[in-house]
Amino acid sequence: MAASYVSSERVLKIRRGLTLPILLLILWEGSSRSGLVDPRFLPALEDVFLTAKRELIDNNLIGELGFSLFRNIAGFLLGSALGVLFATLLALSRVADALITPTFNGLKQISLLAWIPLISIWFGFGEQAKIVFVALAAFIPVVLNTYEGMRNVPADLIEVGDALRFTPTQRITRIFLPSALPSIATGVHLGLIYSWLATVGAEYFLAVGPGIGGLIIAGRERFDMALVMVGVIILGIVGFILNRLAAKVENYLLRWRVSTH
Amino acid sequence: MTSTAHLKISNVSRQFRVNGGELTALDRVSLDVKAGEFVTIVGASGCGKSTLLRLGAGLDTGHDGLVEHAGKPVTGPSLDRGIVFQEPRLFPWLTVERNVALGLENAAFSKAEKQDLVAKQIALVGLTGFEKAYPHQLSGGMAQRAGIARGLVNRPDVLFLDEPFGALDAITKAHLQGELQDIWAREQITMVLVTHDVDEAVYLGDRVVVMSPRPGRIREIVPVDLPHPRERTSAQLASIRNHVLDILNSTTRNGEPKTIAKQPAQVKRPPIKTTSAARNAPRSQPSGRPILSTTEI
Repeated sequence: MAASYVSSERVLKIRRGLTLPILLLILWEGSSRSGLVDPRFLPALEDVFLTAKRELIDNNLIGELGFSLFRNIAGFLLGSALGVLFATLLALSRVADALITPTFNGLKQISLLAWIPLISIWFGFGEQAKIVFVALAAFIPVVLNTYEGMRNVPADLIEVGDALRFTPTQRITRIFLPSALPSIATGVHLGLIYSWLATVGAEYFLAVGPGIGGLIIAGRERFDMALVMVGVIILGIVGFILNRLAAKVENYLLRWRVSTH
Repeated sequence: MTSTAHLKISNVSRQFRVNGGELTALDRVSLDVKAGEFVTIVGASGCGKSTLLRLGAGLDTGHDGLVEHAGKPVTGPSLDRGIVFQEPRLFPWLTVERNVALGLENAAFSKAEKQDLVAKQIALVGLTGFEKAYPHQLSGGMAQRAGIARGLVNRPDVLFLDEPFGALDAITKAHLQGELQDIWAREQITMVLVTHDVDEAVYLGDRVVVMSPRPGRIREIVPVDLPHPRERTSAQLASIRNHVLDILNSTTRNGEPKTIAKQPAQVKRPPIKTTSAARNAPRSQPSGRPILSTTEI
């Protein structure tokens, strides 16, 4: 009884969430069919669909997506792992904190895109540069949130660790990391979103190569708006899926917390 | 092993810096605790009773004078000295079982032995069936049971308890006091319990250390020569309690030093009002066993 109530609640939620996208699609289709907008600027849904089909079957759309996802995941993993390590160092070492944190806080104010010229000079225009850029995008939110979480570990629990004669390693793995986990998860979640945005940015700005960003550039250059639209829609869908996956993982890792809803 | 579990506090003073001034939390305090003894420390807020406990446990070492356990000076925390705080201080991301196991994290037992000890300890505090529960799923009393289990699981020589039942409701508190007394009698662990609840101090302690505030000093040590387990309604217990209350009264009524302005006003809350009511209460109920008679100062 309760289960069916919950699931009908869920269906309602999904239905409400889908309302606006469907309305937009209808509006899009209606305006391009009625000739309200120039199809060269906004292609008909059907065109987009056919282009997607063509890219999928004749060209290597899955491969392009694979390239983008690979860069995204590689950069994200690299950036967040380094971010957690770096923030742990800053939060737990007074010397490192005093030496590095002010500089980091200054550097993080620089727009990510401003790093692109430097990265391209240091790392070239290939995969390496793109992954570094994506890693940087993930690194910053992970560092900020992890640092915050580590700084807010309750002194009460640290004292319990003292009373139980925890070693420094135990203090980090048994108290600091788990206690900061909600903040770390927030940082990693943001890092995942930023790194996906940065993946496209990297593909867009760091020369043309395989990837969804390259697909969009190709579409623009050939004035193939349908192709551009296919790229944009894929970016949105992948971003949405990544976000949902991150939320699921976060819920699982933080299942010990008092449920707030 | 238990014969060496002897806690010796001699001539200990502790000062804190508060707003640029010096505050004497403890002033030349001396106290010996015998192996297997249950000592309770009672006093008004600011009498340094928690400070004394933290010094004994080794969580605070900035004192003058000597704190010794089993013949060695206490220079920091040790697995031979367990501690239970007022708040359960469980790790919210660990289940009850794993929280209790934290007490064995650095103990020299095999994995199987640890599991066994944890299970036994959980049974001892009556939490069987809740091993896999997370702290937020527990009531206050259950969480504190887990806290006590964590303090006891390593079988320390001495267990320090810092107002362990202070945040619990009266019924839960009475139950846990009884259970703590049983555990103490069974396990023969020396216990030092700090409380502001006179009934609790008298009910549990072999000796009741009465402290007076500003500066924190031991005013008197009242022996409670009654066998455990005790009847809360016993007339002897009631008269000892009244005696302790009288001493506490005299400590708060005396001329206070000027530093009192910095302290919260609650210190002045007179225990007298509750006393006169509580003093008669147990006797006016001849039958039945009222487990609830708390006289907090």
